[in-house]
Amino acid sequence: MSTADGVAIILVVAMTLYACSGLADFGAGVWDLTAGGRESGRQPRALIDAAVTPVWEVNHVWLIFMLILTWTAFGPAFASIMTTSFVPLTLAAVGIVLRGASFAVRKDAARAGGRHLAGWLFGIGSVLTPFCLGMTLGALMTGRIHLSGTATAPTADPGTSWVTVTAVLVGLLAVATGAFVAACYLVAEAHRRGLPATEAWFRVRARVAGVAGLVLGVAALTALYVDQRRMFDLLVKRGWPLLVIGVLALGATFWLAARSRDRVRRRGIRPAAAVGVAALVWAWAVAQYPYLLPFTLTIEDGAGAAATMRWVLAWSAVAVVLVGPALVVLYSLDQKDHLGEDPTTSRETAPVGSSEPVGEVVTDP
Amino acid sequence: MSGLRVLAEPILAEPAQLLPARQQMAFTLMFHIIFVPLGVALPSLMLIANFKGLRGNDAVALTLARRWSHVAALTFAVGAVSGTVLSFEMGLLWPGLTGRFGDVFGIPFAMEGIAFFLEAILIAIYVYGWRRLKPWTHFWFGLPIPFVSIAGSFSIIAANSWMNTPSGFTIASDGSITNIDPGAAIFTKALPYEFTHFLLAAYMAAGFTVASVYVVGWLRGRRDRYHRLGILIPLTVAAIATPLQLGAGDAAAVGVFNDQPAKFAAMEVVTESGAHQPEILFGWYDSETNTVRGGVSIPGLDSWLAGGSTDTYVTGLVEIPVDQRPSNVTVVHWAFDVMVSIGTLLMLLVVWFAIAYWRRRDVPRSRLFLWAAASAGVLTYVAVEAGWIVTEVGRQPWVVYGHLRTEDAVTQADGIWVSFTIIVVLYTIVGVATVLALRAMSRRWRRDDETPDDAAPYGPRPAVPPDLEPMPGSGPAGAEEAVR
Repeated sequence: MSTADGVAIILVVAMTLYACSGLADFGAGVWDLTAGGRESGRQPRALIDAAVTPVWEVNHVWLIFMLILTWTAFGPAFASIMTTSFVPLTLAAVGIVLRGASFAVRKDAARAGGRHLAGWLFGIGSVLTPFCLGMTLGALMTGRIHLSGTATAPTADPGTSWVTVTAVLVGLLAVATGAFVAACYLVAEAHRRGLPATEAWFRVRARVAGVAGLVLGVAALTALYVDQRRMFDLLVKRGWPLLVIGVLALGATFWLAARSRDRVRRRGIRPAAAVGVAALVWAWAVAQYPYLLPFTLTIEDGAGAAATMRWVLAWSAVAVVLVGPALVVLYSLDQKDHLGEDPTTSRETAPVGSSEPVGEVVTDP
Repeated sequence: MSGLRVLAEPILAEPAQLLPARQQMAFTLMFHIIFVPLGVALPSLMLIANFKGLRGNDAVALTLARRWSHVAALTFAVGAVSGTVLSFEMGLLWPGLTGRFGDVFGIPFAMEGIAFFLEAILIAIYVYGWRRLKPWTHFWFGLPIPFVSIAGSFSIIAANSWMNTPSGFTIASDGSITNIDPGAAIFTKALPYEFTHFLLAAYMAAGFTVASVYVVGWLRGRRDRYHRLGILIPLTVAAIATPLQLGAGDAAAVGVFNDQPAKFAAMEVVTESGAHQPEILFGWYDSETNTVRGGVSIPGLDSWLAGGSTDTYVTGLVEIPVDQRPSNVTVVHWAFDVMVSIGTLLMLLVVWFAIAYWRRRDVPRSRLFLWAAASAGVLTYVAVEAGWIVTEVGRQPWVVYGHLRTEDAVTQADGIWVSFTIIVVLYTIVGVATVLALRAMSRRWRRDDETPDDAAPYGPRPAVPPDLEPMPGSGPAGAEEAVR
């Protein structure tokens, strides 16, 4: 295995981590958007806010890692993807701004109308970005992205080659997967805070998203079969164990969420979801190997200088050593309720229950 | 005739995407840079207040620390998304740069990624761990934040320094890039002076801006300990940074004189080469005739500043081929003069503050001082933006100085005017929303501070669980918190 392959693996790991954390964040935004009017949606939105607030920024740094890694290690492929998928990736960036800024501003906006508007923009961004990133992945898989020439010697015309049925379905699948995983996480969060009605609310939505995801997954595979038979064959031939693991793990996630009275079962939800999403990502990676841009540019041909690749590997080791423990600390502090809004500094919001009874325990309306 | 054609060619050959791409990049950069000093330096201010609060059992200092960290959370969030957009734009707008040179100068961005990741984690723990974690544990979690953000700035400035003084690669005769040394690409000639200059600018911007908020309150008659600390802590930090910045700025100018003669000639509008160059303040540059109209000319000063003596030879714009001069010399020159003028005014303000504080140990009484201090925040930001205009517009037409022209790096994709329009609209909404949210925060806190303790004896019970103990107070703010 060459250093270029090693760096490609690191890139896929970054993608996996983003899919496991950031995608669920977007999914939470989907539920925030579809939670209904101001009154009926108050409790689910409060839960989403409480669950997502301490970790939302951290969940999205992986995307920056992915961008930087790609342009450092695989510059020409990066340039080609960015040129051909200019429209979806610009929209993805717009979605990120909508999402991040609205989420942060919503906390402090004084008037309820302002908060509701911020909530709308947050939700729209949370759908736009995973959809557009999924579309880009779909365009990549179906071989729509070719190595573009230099600015003064153009080769392939980007045009609208990135809009295909497969790409759209992969985009929708990304949104549905995120929504499904988020709903399962929120079931666990609701249970932790003693909110049975909200828990049931999210359980229903987990079912809906799970079914939607399954249907979209099958549809995307069918579209791939029609559109890019070669990639479909690779995916099924090489990736079928991972696809099976992925579907089973996500099914297990739902089963665990449906029966989350047991603490052990509740603890299993996150690992099961992570395994499921990771398996799907790795199924794609295994199918596409050794191509950066199917089927024109391989990892070896598109790799940067050997010295740079070595630096990237060294950097990855440093990242794991520095960031790994910090992430563990953050997530465990969060899960133990050591992190939350300070009531004397933040705007007073409806209390979202607690894991131990302190004074008043909020019951569902 | 051939001279005119030489002048016209760069404009004729320019791709249509270049103008909107440059405008979009400039706009998103100028927006992002507003939030950067707060992300870099505001954590230091909040930790100073936090430390004071814990050491002296001072509830007022702790309130300031908590509120500053709340502001830091909001501004960090907006800065994070605007920074993400910049990462996207490195590929969306400039694939000719990242596609070609990505493996040369990409490593500093990767370093910044780690620093930023750590900062996001630590800020989340610090901002959301107030009064849930033990007080000193909470403080220790926050202490690495300023160092991590310094590491992040170092990395990003390293990438920018590489664009100005590129090294760590060779271009072979066939145009391919070889002999890539990422270490040499990180530690370039411009890095020491660019980094120092920017870091001090960040501390000045954060310090003067935070102080100016409380100076406005002071001017409106709110003269309590809360406002006093809110002025003195950030103003002292800015006062330490400003004289250092005078030296760093001078070093940066000398660095540019040595490393980027075209940029120096533009920012000081040096038209003819030679010794005994005058320092020209403002004025209008005419690119057709290579002359300056108007402006104030100080004989010999420019040569003296550049090399220590009026005999210093300075390269003039006349020696630089027309297609290698920055496209708008007047803009670069004015930005430079505005930045230096503001820096000088801030230095005067700091000297005034130092003398007044040494004599009275309190916020200076003079209304002129207070008005100046109230505007110092905005002025510092004007200087920061002007500085970035000097270095980015002054580097044109190069994106990698001497190696890659900006027009050769721009994307071939269509629709840049559309994306630019969408982004301007989006950022305007976000900017307005951020300002409104900050004002709402400020009003809420002022209302909380001004509500008398016995206002609502049978009012609704607040959301603070009884097991969260408020800090013992020393004054109205503390007693009020005890009731809350």
